[in-house]
Amino acid sequence: MLSAMRLVLARELRLAFRRWGQAATPLMFFMIVTTLFPLALGPPQLGGLASGVLWVAALLSSLLALDALFRADFEDGSMEQLVLTRQPLPILLVARVLAHWLVSALPLILLAPLLALALDLPGRALATLLLALLLGTPTLSFIGAVGAALTTGLRRGSALLALLVLPLAVPVLIFGARATDMAAHGEDPSGALFLLASLLFLSLSLGPFAAAAALRVSLE
Amino acid sequence: MRKFWHELASPPHFYRLAGRLSPWFGWVAAVLIVGSGWAGLFWAPPDYQQGDAFRIIYVHVPSAWMSLFVYVVMATAAAIGLIWRIKLAHAVAASCAPLGASFTFLALATGSIWGKPMWGTWWEWDARLTSELILLFLYAGYMALRGSIDDTARADRASAVLALVGVVNVPIIHYSVIWWSSLHQGPTVTKLDAPSIAVSMLVPLLTMSFGFMCYFAAVLLARVRGEVLERERNARWVRQYSGLS
Amino acid sequence: MAEQQADILTAENLQLWRGDRRLFEHLFVEARPECMVHIQGANGAGKTSLMRILCGLASPDEGQVCWRGERIGRVRSEFQGMLAYLGHRDGLKHDLSALENLRFCCGLQRSVEEVTLRAALDSAGVGDAADLPVRFLSAGQRRRVAFARVTASAAALWLLDEPFANLDAEGTAFVARTVLGHLEHGGLVVMAAHRLPPELSAARVAIVTLG
Repeated sequence: MLSAMRLVLARELRLAFRRWGQAATPLMFFMIVTTLFPLALGPPQLGGLASGVLWVAALLSSLLALDALFRADFEDGSMEQLVLTRQPLPILLVARVLAHWLVSALPLILLAPLLALALDLPGRALATLLLALLLGTPTLSFIGAVGAALTTGLRRGSALLALLVLPLAVPVLIFGARATDMAAHGEDPSGALFLLASLLFLSLSLGPFAAAAALRVSLE
Repeated sequence: MRKFWHELASPPHFYRLAGRLSPWFGWVAAVLIVGSGWAGLFWAPPDYQQGDAFRIIYVHVPSAWMSLFVYVVMATAAAIGLIWRIKLAHAVAASCAPLGASFTFLALATGSIWGKPMWGTWWEWDARLTSELILLFLYAGYMALRGSIDDTARADRASAVLALVGVVNVPIIHYSVIWWSSLHQGPTVTKLDAPSIAVSMLVPLLTMSFGFMCYFAAVLLARVRGEVLERERNARWVRQYSGLS
Repeated sequence: MAEQQADILTAENLQLWRGDRRLFEHLFVEARPECMVHIQGANGAGKTSLMRILCGLASPDEGQVCWRGERIGRVRSEFQGMLAYLGHRDGLKHDLSALENLRFCCGLQRSVEEVTLRAALDSAGVGDAADLPVRFLSAGQRRRVAFARVTASAAALWLLDEPFANLDAEGTAFVARTVLGHLEHGGLVVMAAHRLPPELSAARVAIVTLG
């Protein structure tokens, strides 16, 4: 089972490496959205908004990346092959989503402190921001995998994906932005971080099964 | 017992049974809603803080309860359809969604109207209103997913997965929103102080909720009948029923 | 009990609707070792739908598919471990080389030697292109790679949906020979195809006609 996960992980990373332009799109999107906020709000007003801006931007760019999660696999028929192997599908999907997270979310997290400083987030909140993103973005990926599995192959699939996934992402957004905000105000953010961690465990344990069921339906 | 469930799940049997039951629920709902509407408007005393403005709770609170209740009914039906592959259960889930969305919309609209005298604004980012709004998005997503899949069997199963994911998330979203609003604005105005509410205020509220429930049952049964007819349009009993053969 | 343990794929009483059109009903299919099942029918008769039902990707409106007497939904892992499916799409990643594609797909089924994979590609006539990204191969060459995946998988049950599509005469003959060889070694083959090449006339064939 572990070797199957390793195979999937290696293949996805290799594919992402050969198509690195595709993997870089969410990152650019993240930067652009973050830049839009100061332009729309005006620099003097930014003060307390940094964590909210970063989280909304992270949520939107993870959504953008999710749209492509299963699309290519559906179109070239390799999803059928993946579903028809001896291995349990949820396990394969865990590896699949993990690879997706490594490629699309991790660079974004590494870039986030830089953008945070540009948005006037106090330096003491940076560690919390990183930790919150590390805990929160995998949850977004696992929730989003269910949505992507349901909508891939439908007309208007991308718009539908946003409609399905964004409401479910609300708790992550609330706890993530709040944790960062609390740290910025010198409060103790551990409560929100624990809640983020429990959301991660919940989505990690249930999400792959829901995504597997959704994939089987979408393949019919 | 097994035979009873088996018969209930057979479309022609259910179609006839629902046709008989639906009007009964409808009449009970009409009596209860008119009666408790009257009691809420004239019999219950005015609130000592809000005066007559509070009377909107007789619509707002039951519809907010129903909005959640219908989601749970929908998810339960979806789970039954998914696990035991009962087509009728999928028809029930499909018929629930627009009803639940309407209740949610009603709760939002009345909440917003109530907000005008209470907070002086049509929209306040209050925890309950916000989580109702997100619930409306969940219903909208469910209906949009169903609408964009042509094949009924596939639409059934896909939307059932979504309903189950949603029902796990509804409490999480609800409590996270409450947590969020308690941090942002301190204690909000509590709309319904449970212990201090007068009996004459509470009784119409409960009968009204029951009336809403009966209304839901009546409309749901009628909708499921329509849904069953459409899904079984090639079956012999429908053709006989409609005089096609 | 001995009967149940034999490799045998049965489909009982299948019924499938597409919208308001019934593609088939009361359909029985049985695949046994050494005898090929040939599914034929006009375009739109439901050949691909039937293949997808047989491998468990789709479910019929009525009826069931069993592997060794058990419904395939119950023995999914065991059944899929014995199965190689060639869909009408090749199922290859265009950014990976032919060898990498095979290594992944076969590696998920069982541990395979690199030599086996290369040998499979060689005998399919695409050995020279083994290290090229599949993107650079022609449609016929991709079909050969996809077929090499089936042969390298060491599966007992082959479900082949239009295996001769895009293949030239030499490729068709190769696929036919390989299928014959698989049947002779006690393998099971279900094939959906418009017509069979003459090389397969030597095989024992059970015909299922749709439409």
